[in-house]
Amino acid sequence: MLSSILAQVPWQSPTIDYHAIAPEIVLAGGICLIILVDLFVSESRKWITATLTGFVMLAALVPVLTLAVSDADVRTMFDGRYVVDEFALTLKALFLVAGYVVVLLSQNHVEEGDYYQGEYYTLLLTSVTGMVMMASSRDLVSIFVALEFLSIPAYMLAAWRKRDRKSNEAGVKYYLLGVFASAVMLYGMSLLYGVTGSTLLSEIGSKLTVEGQFGGVEALAITFVIIGFAFKVSAVPFHSWAPDTYEGAPTPVTAFLSVASKAAGFVALVTLIYVGFPQAKDVWQPFIWVMAAVTMTVGNLLALRQTNIVRMLAYSSISQGGFILMPLAVAGTGDAAGPALQAVIVYLLVYAAMNLGMFAVVIAASRTTRSGEISSFGGLFSYAPALGVLMTIFLASLAGIPPLGGWIAKFSAFRAVLEAGNGWAYAIAVIGAINSVVAFGYYGNIMREVWMKPAPNGETSAVRTPSSLVAALSITVAGTLLFGILPGTIMRFGDLVDLTGAFGG
Amino acid sequence: MLTAQFLLLGAVLFCIGVYGVLARKNAVMVLMSIELILNSVNLNLLAFSVRHGSVDGNTFALYIIAIAAAEVGVGLAMVLLIYRNRRTIALDDLSEMKG
Repeated sequence: MLSSILAQVPWQSPTIDYHAIAPEIVLAGGICLIILVDLFVSESRKWITATLTGFVMLAALVPVLTLAVSDADVRTMFDGRYVVDEFALTLKALFLVAGYVVVLLSQNHVEEGDYYQGEYYTLLLTSVTGMVMMASSRDLVSIFVALEFLSIPAYMLAAWRKRDRKSNEAGVKYYLLGVFASAVMLYGMSLLYGVTGSTLLSEIGSKLTVEGQFGGVEALAITFVIIGFAFKVSAVPFHSWAPDTYEGAPTPVTAFLSVASKAAGFVALVTLIYVGFPQAKDVWQPFIWVMAAVTMTVGNLLALRQTNIVRMLAYSSISQGGFILMPLAVAGTGDAAGPALQAVIVYLLVYAAMNLGMFAVVIAASRTTRSGEISSFGGLFSYAPALGVLMTIFLASLAGIPPLGGWIAKFSAFRAVLEAGNGWAYAIAVIGAINSVVAFGYYGNIMREVWMKPAPNGETSAVRTPSSLVAALSITVAGTLLFGILPGTIMRFGDLVDLTGAFGG
Repeated sequence: MLTAQFLLLGAVLFCIGVYGVLARKNAVMVLMSIELILNSVNLNLLAFSVRHGSVDGNTFALYIIAIAAAEVGVGLAMVLLIYRNRRTIALDDLSEMKG
């Protein structure tokens, strides 16, 4: 049976556009290089692996930039299964820069924590490679492979502190729920293949066109696939792993998971919705609507009662995820498709800058406070004014106060929702507005600790911030301020972004 | 055609797997249940592949088999890690963090 099918199609080796996959090639080469270097350098010089990893991330950015300025707008490979367009390039750049910042955050943390350095950076780089692949994937198989490529190293990173019971627990919870989610997602994908006869997203999109005529199988398939990625972006009710994993994992890994891994989940979700199921909006719109509303609300309410800052940031990132889902909930209505895509991209870019920055401040300040409790940050401004100001900037941005980046992100999300202009859209806009006020409650609480409270146990020696953390802080604060003060810079990214074949194609 | 029977078997396996993940407290049993789900996916893909007369499903199944092996490798390593630190692999005991 199989041989007769295979015999029908003569084998042709696919043409490969090496320029288009140059970022992936650089990263893959970098992974091999770091494994090799790690074998040959002595224990005291392991910091070389960190520096090299940073260089590899930046080196992979070079082909992304040359692709962005090259004449060919869209490069497709393997019959449209792997596409390099402006959407993919923007997100590849996001993943690489976020990865670079995480390397900067990790450097001192990993060195002082006596972790396995070479392996740590190898896994980090592998995960980033998976994300970069995810941005280009337009096929169920390549989406699945990219998802596992980015997840499996992340499971190991979460459990990195082998002897720490919390870190073990973080890893196992993340692993079990992540694998379960991807298994459910695969079942949905197998049904999708069954009803459409193809794994190519654009073909699935064209087969699922007859509006209002969905059988139960199609609806089930789409729901299962979306559930798979809802776990990845930790949308309520699939969020239960997030707080425990974030708290237990090493803090730089938490920063990585809450920014890069979450963004990768959104990228896959956006690709699926826009290319795969644009006509099936009756199935996914209500589902995402409910998820967005519940995610914002539950994330916020639980964040309000946290005393540990990392756990609070975990719930805050869940609720920010709800805001990113919000435009997607109306993406199929009227003219909202374009603005919704733009809003998601803009939000992801801004969110990456401000959340990584927030984690950088927490890591820098924890070097003195030695604690994750919010009360231990009391009086931070009095003995570390720079960190206090930076923390305020990031918190204000997360809360969405102008003129910072978070404001423009929230603005574009609300604008996209109002573009849809029906009752559902207004309802979710109201829920979003209430939630952004509630969110100020816990962000403001930390600000009050930092500015008004005295330092606990009188610890007022100046904080020495290592240069790698200073670099990470500068990159993220520059991003947060630039996107907020000059929103034109980032809205341009949003305008460029077009998913090939998504609109009217 | 036999496709329907294969799909039915796939659905049954999927349900057993989901039940196992939700109800079992032993980490290794949960891993095995996840494997059941993945195998139900493979069965589905192969059945659909025969039905559509294309090799896409077969290819997808091969990828799933390969990646599932890697996944279980990581999973078992983590279970071992937990066992070393706690002398138990009951998932209910994993409750260091709350809130």
